[in-house]
Amino acid sequence: MRVVEKEQVMGATEMDRTIQRLGHEIVEKSGGAGNLVLIGIRRRGVPLAQRLAKAIRAIDGSVVPVGTLDITLYRDDLSLVAPQPVVHSTEIPFSVDDRDVVLVDDVLYTGRTVRAAMNGLFDLGRPKRVRLCVLIDRGHRELPIEATFVGRYVQTSDTEIIEVRLEEVDREERVMLVERVP
Amino acid sequence: MLLIKGGRLVDPASGTDARLDVLIEGERIAQVAPAVSAPGAEVFDASGLCVAPGFIDLHCHLREPGDELSETIESGTQAAARGGFTAVCCMPNTRPVNDNASVTRFILDRAARAPVRVWPIGAASQGSQGEALAEIAAMRRAGIVAVSDDGRPIATARLLRQVMDYCRSLGLAVVDHCEDSSLAAGAVMREGTHSVRLGLRGMPAATESIAVARDLQLCELTGCRLHIAHLSTRASLELVRQAKQRGLPVTCEVTPHHLTLTDADVGYNTHFKMNPPLGSEEDRQALLEGLADGTVDAVATDHAPHAPALKAVEFDRAPFGVIGFETALALVLDQCVHTGRIALLRAVELFTTGPARLLGHTRRVAPGEVADLTLFSTDFSWTFRAEESASRSRNSPFDGRSFRGAPMATIVAGRIVWRRQRQSAAAG
Amino acid sequence: MPHRLRHLLGIEPLSAAQIADLLEQAKPFQEIQRHPLKKLATLRGKSVALAFFEPSTRTRISFATAATRLGADTMQLQAEASSLQKGESLLDTVWTLDAMKPDCIVMRHRSSGAPHFVAQHLEIPVINAGDGMHEHPTQALLDALTIRDRKGTLEGLRVAIIGDILHSRVARSNIHLLAKFGCRFTLVGPAMWVPRELEDLAPHVRRVARIEEALEGTDVVLVLRVQLERLHEPALPLDEYIHLYQLTPERLHRAKPDVIVLHPGPMNRGVEIDPVVADGPHSCILEQVTNGVAVRMNLLYVLIGGPPLGMEETHAAD
Repeated sequence: MRVVEKEQVMGATEMDRTIQRLGHEIVEKSGGAGNLVLIGIRRRGVPLAQRLAKAIRAIDGSVVPVGTLDITLYRDDLSLVAPQPVVHSTEIPFSVDDRDVVLVDDVLYTGRTVRAAMNGLFDLGRPKRVRLCVLIDRGHRELPIEATFVGRYVQTSDTEIIEVRLEEVDREERVMLVERVP
Repeated sequence: MLLIKGGRLVDPASGTDARLDVLIEGERIAQVAPAVSAPGAEVFDASGLCVAPGFIDLHCHLREPGDELSETIESGTQAAARGGFTAVCCMPNTRPVNDNASVTRFILDRAARAPVRVWPIGAASQGSQGEALAEIAAMRRAGIVAVSDDGRPIATARLLRQVMDYCRSLGLAVVDHCEDSSLAAGAVMREGTHSVRLGLRGMPAATESIAVARDLQLCELTGCRLHIAHLSTRASLELVRQAKQRGLPVTCEVTPHHLTLTDADVGYNTHFKMNPPLGSEEDRQALLEGLADGTVDAVATDHAPHAPALKAVEFDRAPFGVIGFETALALVLDQCVHTGRIALLRAVELFTTGPARLLGHTRRVAPGEVADLTLFSTDFSWTFRAEESASRSRNSPFDGRSFRGAPMATIVAGRIVWRRQRQSAAAG
Repeated sequence: MPHRLRHLLGIEPLSAAQIADLLEQAKPFQEIQRHPLKKLATLRGKSVALAFFEPSTRTRISFATAATRLGADTMQLQAEASSLQKGESLLDTVWTLDAMKPDCIVMRHRSSGAPHFVAQHLEIPVINAGDGMHEHPTQALLDALTIRDRKGTLEGLRVAIIGDILHSRVARSNIHLLAKFGCRFTLVGPAMWVPRELEDLAPHVRRVARIEEALEGTDVVLVLRVQLERLHEPALPLDEYIHLYQLTPERLHRAKPDVIVLHPGPMNRGVEIDPVVADGPHSCILEQVTNGVAVRMNLLYVLIGGPPLGMEETHAAD
């Protein structure tokens, strides 16, 4: 099974503009950043959440706490996946009780990752509200889950994959549409 | 009439090692000569094979009466025949213990239908409990050839002294399983680096030599013939060597597995659990040396069958013992003859005249002698598979091991009681 | 993870890399112990058989907690109530448990090698929760996790082990584990229970006669619990032991200032360890217990969290 690059969906400049725009949206639709917390879903949701926090700080000066959530143990497909995924730490050094939580991830696809993230989040406490922010929404939902803040909607087919590549993780900065080829 | 033609006669009693034919008439040897012609005789082509006096195993367990699940006299002697043995001495730790004439007669009765000779060893004490003397004289009349409480040591110095005094007057040797019970208690292997690593309770080498020292002193005191069973340590061997030098009537035997394996070979496989346990490499080398320098008188198998279900338990709980008839010769050839440590004649001595001397018999291939013969090859290649053993049990540490050399046919009282099916004896 | 672990029968056969992975991956499970809600659904639908042929409260509860926190069910065999009393063999007992289709068996037994024996006869993973005097691998893992958290590393530490080492599976597993990271060991205890052969277990193991000598300059002290009655051996008088080997604050003073003290539990306060030490700042005894649950959760996740062996398909992670 190979992966073939088909087209670039976003370049570095566009990604940055989108993140800035999302930052503004989040501040606007939260009535200020006072009670806000950002929780990045490992792996790429984490640097995105950090960038959003930075953007929000530039916008209205608020320092929004950022946490990291590992969803491995909450996945619904563990008995199908081998080799076994390695579990990483969840680091949320603040209480989520009564907080306005924005979950951050790179791509929204079937929704199962977000479902697992919410399970993990609710093991930690009882947020006041949970909303979702993603860079790309590629459709094909299998669960009743939607994102409040979306960078861009991209139509994809079943054999295609959206790869978000971030400097912090992949040492490049772009969003690619790739195809799985037998 | 049976003519064993073209074989290499290896006869320790006469020191013969030469190409000689052997003619058997009835139960006796009729002729031994370079080229015997005997029209009308059944001819056994022994070219490429060695022809020796019939092997004797001084130490085995046939389990009948009482533990027929593990072995019967019939199955055990079948396995013995496949090992080239023409006679076996079975130990008395049956159920009931062979401590009186009626059990002895039962065993002999069963043995009458066996392919090889069975010479029972009777218990020293009643039930081998180490308290009262067994009915040794009565058993002697019934047919025992020696006395032992094997399975256990003869319990106390006081008892051993009495047994020895008594046996001396009866002309019987005393065979002792030398072990200090307090050191052996709870132990399942030799104490050392490996027992510590495996977390198994071990017994030090002194467990055996302490008892050997005791027995030798009583041998000196009473003048009774003493035979040390399954001697396994350098220290014990040294004591026996010195005792022999002083002229004491002591003999000893060594098992093939103690010549081959050490405590490094023990994992948690119960097929490597026996008593005395596998010793150190130093012990093994000392035993090989003892074979070469004459300190060791005989190789005996201590064939100790235990049904698979009995051995399929955790190591601590498994009974001690391994089977050994069918691999004995091959192991001795492997460890001693092929390596050049001892001559073939000496190896044969360990299976024939050595044991015979203890029992007061002769083992010789000469006209007039009883026709018990063992035919074997020194280079037949084969692999031992425990599941194919004639024994009812499978507890061998040598399952799957390949050998060069094997018994090929066993003749008892002039009859071929066993011959190997695939006869591919190499030329020369 | 290099190759998938099938059983955990001992520490000795594992590589330093495998152990480092197991410790690293226990961290998320340590973190979960701090959540208000500790119960996950990760192993939902799986069952863990706990076959404790030797009585044990702490280890059994620790494994049971690890299993249920991951959402698994447990099947518990209690030694006292077991049919072993009625003469059923170990193999038959284990086969009976296996017929109820657990996903793995956690086993404690008084015979060294019993889990190895059982593993030969079962398809499912076997976890050794202590076999005779041989090994107690999860104890060594949780000890290592505790040490690493407190010291920042496992490399090259000086470790003193005090007590009846000959009969201790905890000591053996710890020596095997820490030796893989270059630690150096000093053993001390009643002479008949600290034989020379212990020095062959790993490089840099030495024995000394006096506890003071053993504690000189150590980073880690592992205190073993005392069992004065030993089958087949004359007992050692209690006062002798306390006088010679009790870990007191004065004696501990000879170790490095940041020394840590571990004990596999349960403690005999006032026997092998002075209560002041047990409750003092150097003691990690309670952390060991917490880490025990984390280590065992990770182990269960690794061994039975994925597809059963032989039914693996590689799925791209979503």
